Amino acid sequence: MDALYLSRLQFALTIAFHYLFPPISIGLGLLLVFMEGMYLKTKNQLYHRMTRFWVKVFGLVFALGVASGIVMEFQFGTNWSTYSRFVGDVFGSALAAEGIFAFFLESGFLAVLLFGWNKVKPRTHFFSTIMVAFGAHFSAVWIVVANSWQQTPAGYHIVETANGARAEIVDFWAMLFNPSTVDRLSHTLMGAWQAGAFFVISVSAWYLIKNKHVDFAKAGLKIALIFAAAASMLQLVTGHSSAVTVSETQPAKLAAMEAHFDEMAPADLYLFGWVNSDNQRVNFGVRIPGMLSFLVYGDSNKPLKGLNAFPEDEHPPVNVVFQAYHIMVAVGMFLILISWLGLVLLWKDKVYKTRWLLWVYVFSVLGPQIANQLGWITAEVGRQPWIVYGLLKTKDAYSPVVSGGQVLTSIILFGFIYLLLFALFVYLLNEKIKNGPELEEKTIEEGHLA
Amino acid sequence: MSLVFDLNTIWFFLVGILLTGYAILDGFDLGIGALHLFAETDHDRRIMLNSIGPIWDGNEVWLVTGGGALFAAFPEVYATAFSGFYMALMLLLFSLIFRAVAIDFRSKQSSKVWRKTWDISFTISSIVASLLIGTALGNVAWGVPLDASHEYAGSFWTLLNPYSLLVGVLVVVLFMMHGALYGILKTEGDLQKKLGKLFRTNFVLFGIGYIVVTIATLLFADNITEHYKSSPALMVFPVINVLLIVNVWWQHHRGKDLAAFLSSCFTILLLMLIFGLGIYPDMLYSNPVAGNTLDIYNAASSQKTLKIMLTIALIGMPFVIMYTSTIFWIFRGKVKLDSSSY
Repeated sequence: MDALYLSRLQFALTIAFHYLFPPISIGLGLLLVFMEGMYLKTKNQLYHRMTRFWVKVFGLVFALGVASGIVMEFQFGTNWSTYSRFVGDVFGSALAAEGIFAFFLESGFLAVLLFGWNKVKPRTHFFSTIMVAFGAHFSAVWIVVANSWQQTPAGYHIVETANGARAEIVDFWAMLFNPSTVDRLSHTLMGAWQAGAFFVISVSAWYLIKNKHVDFAKAGLKIALIFAAAASMLQLVTGHSSAVTVSETQPAKLAAMEAHFDEMAPADLYLFGWVNSDNQRVNFGVRIPGMLSFLVYGDSNKPLKGLNAFPEDEHPPVNVVFQAYHIMVAVGMFLILISWLGLVLLWKDKVYKTRWLLWVYVFSVLGPQIANQLGWITAEVGRQPWIVYGLLKTKDAYSPVVSGGQVLTSIILFGFIYLLLFALFVYLLNEKIKNGPELEEKTIEEGHLA
Repeated sequence: MSLVFDLNTIWFFLVGILLTGYAILDGFDLGIGALHLFAETDHDRRIMLNSIGPIWDGNEVWLVTGGGALFAAFPEVYATAFSGFYMALMLLLFSLIFRAVAIDFRSKQSSKVWRKTWDISFTISSIVASLLIGTALGNVAWGVPLDASHEYAGSFWTLLNPYSLLVGVLVVVLFMMHGALYGILKTEGDLQKKLGKLFRTNFVLFGIGYIVVTIATLLFADNITEHYKSSPALMVFPVINVLLIVNVWWQHHRGKDLAAFLSSCFTILLLMLIFGLGIYPDMLYSNPVAGNTLDIYNAASSQKTLKIMLTIALIGMPFVIMYTSTIFWIFRGKVKLDSSSY
């Protein structure tokens, strides 16, 4: 098998696996700041137990993120050396900044978070929690900047060097705030907040169903529901704004997302369908005529550029992008629905007793994970055949000196270790959830006295 | 030799500092891993593991950031070396991840077979990682075949030449010596005595290895010795290095183990400095066709990017050093097992 195909497969596998964890760290990090802050403010032991429990889970998720993330930092060089030579001047700086600004911050203070309960003052511990959450967000900033530059390159010029053509920075701030950075960053962060919030919702709902740690679970569910409802609603806003930016900066991607083939025509919005790109039709499709044009321009008759406006060898795989995008949107809508329904029931004080909804919540943890993965598939597959939009094609970007056999070997190595890592994650997570939050020493002592 | 303090040179040293930070910090925790099986009881093994518990993943960040900085400042070296050393690098990543799994898995079940399996995994992956790091350094010193378009022209087996493997073994014993000194600081009683013994054995092995590698370098690796031959003033660094190594022994001998450990840290720093001054301004020496060598000029990013990156480093690095030292201060002292331990 050829090295290009296998390198793409390896990248897809390793990044998809890695991306299971950082969104939870980002979302849960933010919730931890809130929980520990509330504990310091109110001295309510419930908040303390919550923080202790979720810090443990956070540590586990973070460790998996680091273990799977090391590969990402090196993979550009190993499998995509031509790409690395071409973008190093621009992309490399964002990646290095992530290391210097975010990774050190996160990993350093995480040690205090996990192992420092008896070694530092409560305020210092809280400060460390803030720093870890801040570091997790900061890491997202730099990596999304780097990726956004691949989508909408800006602030660079192409220079012929002795080693061939490459992109070099001319305007750092234009590179940083390239046309899609802000939209894509806010969309990514909301996805991460949802991942963290629904994670807490899921575990809390499970305890309520099993009638265990009830006070703890009720308090957790309440906080997480409020976060989830807010993040899910904001996600609609950032999603819309991202799509409008895509229409301006990467029209071929938007056209693939909605299977809009006509060169220049008002575009429809599909609720679902199955795209046949050979005859350019959508089978079993249900559509709202003109709705895409309306969403982009506020005018359902205004024409939008379709796929046929681009040469055929610059079309992304339409059905993959279409399906990924539509399922993501559907999941997003579902998350809005269940989180706001939860808020209403919370207000009426019924949510803890609505068993069917609690069961939905137990599985809701999968929602943001699926949507986050599909969102990235839409973004990355939608950019094809380009690795850097309009500048460098994926097929020209891989490492010429690496053979298919070598890549296959590394895929097998990573496949093995990732299965092991995932088994470890599920097993340890299950243990932590089974053990539940610890009872406070104080409460136990009081129990003895009584 | 003449050092020109332009941006390229500054970045050569900054990448060097990150990799040196990695060698010093992950050096002792890889060393603890390599020595792990020498601790016999379950309790002692947990002490070993927890001596690096809060800090090992922070130590690895130095490697990740070093990789990122290399990508940003010298993309040609990043691309050529990482794609050229493909299988070696994949094995390194694999052993680092596997090692992380072993650390996390080990104490989660009380079965003897379970713990033994992960103990062995922890030790083997630590040794393999150290060996690969050392072998990579050896290859950079020795030179690797590059073609006219700066692509790697050898195979995986080219990397396993005797000189590079020798450096690889030297790094393994260096890390074991360094790890033993760290362990002495973190343990008490019999385990501490055992680590003292292990230190002395590895110190001797390291001493022998050091002499052998020095002779081999003088005899065969001309490209990294020429600066020292043309500017004898540079010989001050190898001299300091030898004094530091002697000092490691002496401080340990008179019971000043913290001083011995710090001296060992500086030994690694000097080794990296001697290595860096030796290869400068080359980064990836091409052997046998020296004309295809990647140096700090033909492999670098644009001056503008180097300048931007320098600003980022000047803002970021003081913080990094500040909280790295804070964390080490918070977790100073002997290991005590509690409910949050591995």
